[in-house]
Amino acid sequence: MVVGVTRGVPPFQQFLDANRTTVYRFLQVAVGPHDADDVFQETFLSALRAYPRLRDGRALDRWVLRIASRKAIDHHRAGSRRATPAGEVPDRAVPFDDPARDDELWRAVASLPPRQRVAVVHRHVLDRPYGEIAELMGSSEEAARANVSQGIRKLKELIA
Amino acid sequence: MKTTDLKRLASGADGRSAVAAASLPDLATSADLLDIAVGTVASPIGDLIVAVTPRGLARVAFDDEDLDQVARELASALSPRVLESARATDQVRRELGEYFDRRRTRFDVAVDRRLIHGIARDVLAQTSRVPFGRTSTYGEIAGRIGRPRAARAVGNALGSNPIPIVIPCHRVLRAGGALGGYGGGVDRKETLLALEGAMLA
Repeated sequence: MVVGVTRGVPPFQQFLDANRTTVYRFLQVAVGPHDADDVFQETFLSALRAYPRLRDGRALDRWVLRIASRKAIDHHRAGSRRATPAGEVPDRAVPFDDPARDDELWRAVASLPPRQRVAVVHRHVLDRPYGEIAELMGSSEEAARANVSQGIRKLKELIA
Repeated sequence: MKTTDLKRLASGADGRSAVAAASLPDLATSADLLDIAVGTVASPIGDLIVAVTPRGLARVAFDDEDLDQVARELASALSPRVLESARATDQVRRELGEYFDRRRTRFDVAVDRRLIHGIARDVLAQTSRVPFGRTSTYGEIAGRIGRPRAARAVGNALGSNPIPIVIPCHRVLRAGGALGGYGGGVDRKETLLALEGAMLA
């Protein structure tokens, strides 16, 4: 009975409630506040489409972050919409502690290549270990480490 | 720059994710991906949980079951694509509201009978024919399904009714006018019969 509960796939609403904040935190930084809503919807609709085929209710948090990672990278690749990184800087409707400093940080983050940006967010916003980042991004652990360190180096170059 | 600065960029995500998640049921409906919409409606016998599929109303539950539990049962019995949606449950919530306001004596909402199995299919089909304000008995229903000696089985089938109120199992009493049992408790049965003006003296 208990095994059934832990392994069974929960109703989608419970899965959504349990994971929406983490997925949004990831996307808000990985694609920017302006597009986070759209990619969030795409992520969860994609999850909903595949959901009845899941046989195992464990590790659904990693499963949905894997989908979100793919969507985030696809979003940037599709993105001639991303004409200027500055387009991702949130308007003032989104409150931040120090607007001037965060504008600079947003611009720097937006200038990263998609895979570096996604890896940096997993590591330094969501605090995921490298092994998991590799799994989320479908890469080797070495590649995950390289993406994070190159991304961070670049951010530090851009922001003193 | 400190790497910890990056976390600040994610601030406010909880509130924004709630807003974004709230529009998901409508998007899912448009994409034909919402298999079960659940919602709640207040009533004189407590909040009711309703579950609607593209075929119709599949479940009505009383508030002694919680929404998560009902959703889990539906997920394993029908489909895990379950989302809360006021819009997708609008018709049944409105009809139940009208019923409790005594502005409705029969329900028009389509019914999804996939949670009804075995003998309960016949029993509840006959029960659906007992009109507002009238009552029947376990024995009568047993007779109508061609199993006149199966009054006890009829009682069990009524107790398993996944769509109480709309399939009016509360209108079936014991012979002689005793209330008999009710899945939601005899108090609720009495309240429903009183609301319909069918309470026996």
